[in-house]
Amino acid sequence: MTSVLTNLFDGVAYGMLLFVLACGLAVTLGLMNFVNLAHGAFAMAGGYVCAVLVNQYGWPFFAGLPLAFIAPAVIGAVLERLLYRHLYTRSHLDQVLFSVGLVFMSVAAIDYIMGSSRIFINLPAALQGQFDVFGVGIGRYRLMLIVICGLLTAALQLVLARTRFGSRLRAAVDDPRAASGLGINVPQVFALTFAFGCGLAGLGGALSAEILGLDPYFPLKFMIYFLIVVTVGGSSSIIGPFLASLLLGIADVAGKYYVPKMGPFVIYTVMIVILIWRPHGLFGRAAR
Amino acid sequence: MFARFWLLSRVALAAATAGTLVVAPAWADDAVKIGLILPMTGGQASTGKQIDNAIKLYMKQHGDTVAGKKIEIILKDDGALPDKTKTAAQELIVNDKVSFIAGFGVTPAALAAAPLATQAKIPEVVMAAGTSIITEKSPYIVRTSFTLPQSSTIIGDWAVKNGIKKVASLTSDYAPGNDALASFKEHFTAGGGQIVEEVKVPLANPDFAPFLQRMKDAKPDAMFVFVPAGQGGNFMKQYAERGLDKAGIKVIGPGDVTDDDLLNDMGDAVLGTVTAHIYSAAHPSEMNKEFVAAYKKDFGNRPGFMAVNGYDGIHLIYEALKKTGGKTDGDGLIEAMKGMKWESPRGPISIDPETRDIVQNVYVRKVEKKDGELYNVEFETFEAVKDPGKAKK
Repeated sequence: MTSVLTNLFDGVAYGMLLFVLACGLAVTLGLMNFVNLAHGAFAMAGGYVCAVLVNQYGWPFFAGLPLAFIAPAVIGAVLERLLYRHLYTRSHLDQVLFSVGLVFMSVAAIDYIMGSSRIFINLPAALQGQFDVFGVGIGRYRLMLIVICGLLTAALQLVLARTRFGSRLRAAVDDPRAASGLGINVPQVFALTFAFGCGLAGLGGALSAEILGLDPYFPLKFMIYFLIVVTVGGSSSIIGPFLASLLLGIADVAGKYYVPKMGPFVIYTVMIVILIWRPHGLFGRAAR
Repeated sequence: MFARFWLLSRVALAAATAGTLVVAPAWADDAVKIGLILPMTGGQASTGKQIDNAIKLYMKQHGDTVAGKKIEIILKDDGALPDKTKTAAQELIVNDKVSFIAGFGVTPAALAAAPLATQAKIPEVVMAAGTSIITEKSPYIVRTSFTLPQSSTIIGDWAVKNGIKKVASLTSDYAPGNDALASFKEHFTAGGGQIVEEVKVPLANPDFAPFLQRMKDAKPDAMFVFVPAGQGGNFMKQYAERGLDKAGIKVIGPGDVTDDDLLNDMGDAVLGTVTAHIYSAAHPSEMNKEFVAAYKKDFGNRPGFMAVNGYDGIHLIYEALKKTGGKTDGDGLIEAMKGMKWESPRGPISIDPETRDIVQNVYVRKVEKKDGELYNVEFETFEAVKDPGKAKK
């Protein structure tokens, strides 16, 4: 019984992590209708920024995390202004080719600067190990993941649904011409949203280093996971990808625990079943 | 009729002369080319870099001329993908006219090049891949790395002798992992041990957590682990996070999991891990001390077992050329390599004249802290171990 709860806990933590990593992609793909396969590159950038600050300059881990958000957000904003905005109106194939190119460049750049071996971020002792609650093993680091990612999700949902910026964004996406007619600065809204999505990815990258490992091939290795989250969740809201992440996280962990021989297939099976049942994802709308 | 014959013979003669003219510069050239095929990018890149570094170091120490010939290394990156290995080997053999192909980060890569070595009759020096069958795939393959049964059988025997009765295994699901598990299992169960849980982990595995939880719930005395070089760090982190060290479950296995390359970053949870392997950077010989110091000086970190494999591989090529007096016909070189014995940083090693595989000491080691750094400290030696995978036949 207790191992069921431990697995559930691990699954939730893994799912939460997937969500923070992928929700930026849900925003660019779902809200801005832009296929950004280079999303993982921003996650990797955040991870490496945090690793360098913590490991080489001796920053505390929790001081490194905000920088893991800010640095990729700034890089994202710059790239958006310089490169991405020219591709908003282009076909999806152009966008895919462009962003895959970026991925390969980022892989080569990190490989050159940081080396190809896997790195870890030094954690404070308070985050290491496990403690028992009524026999259920709770990993401290995973508990922190759940707390941070839970708060982030709540904040995101509030921003999108309740604030002026949220409604501007939704307006800009639904009908850019009408929105700009109403005095909304559409390019600015897009740039901010894009940068924010990159920042979230960066934060996710820093948080995932401990569990998924961080190396120059991170964007390629996990691209498929991000895409699964967004396709299964449907890309029209934040709740969809969130529930999809949890579902996939739990399914992946449970699958590997109970049927280790089938381990890697479970996540894909879940995806196929859901997509047959609901082709636009759990919470997707039909294509406009 | 006659005229036609005359014409034909003229054409044939002309062609032959042209042929010699084209070939002539190649004969006049006094360089021996070695095609080095390694994964320099991708998940196995650390293997490629270590071997490349070690070869550079060897050539710096021993010069780049042997038996009057200049040695020229042509490095190709295959990213550990066998189809790229094959293309690279073809180009090296046909276009560059290399006299050796060497390297090979993973088993499928070594196998992909085997038929080409046979066809071209040139030696294939395997410096990394560790599946037993490799040397049987071509009479031109010689190996200077290791085979997984070499270390896995030893750790199986050691576990039985040291009071370990129940073992859960966690191995990567590909040929070397299966090799390691099979030979461990055979020796461990023959000695009365029991395997209580057997988990095969996919090769590209992001998260060990669920597999480790399963290990923990099986409550074994120890877990037998094989993950490819490079994944050991991630594994050890999660092993400690889940508290398996505190639950008293020891890690044993072939030494890939505590590769010197990554060992120092694994944290104190790795202390006490017992592995059987062919090389430790802490191997207490003068030669190894010099090797480690020189490697550290040139490349900034300590050499792992892959570096030693490369160092010995290029040594074997040098010595074979010395023996043939610089002649580069493949059969002669292979004959020269067979039975060759030398002192390596890892200890005394030789090439088995029958299987062309490496015969070497296998050491049982425990991870300990020395001068604030983590090392595999050797405490038991099994001398001149042949590949048990072939000895059976």
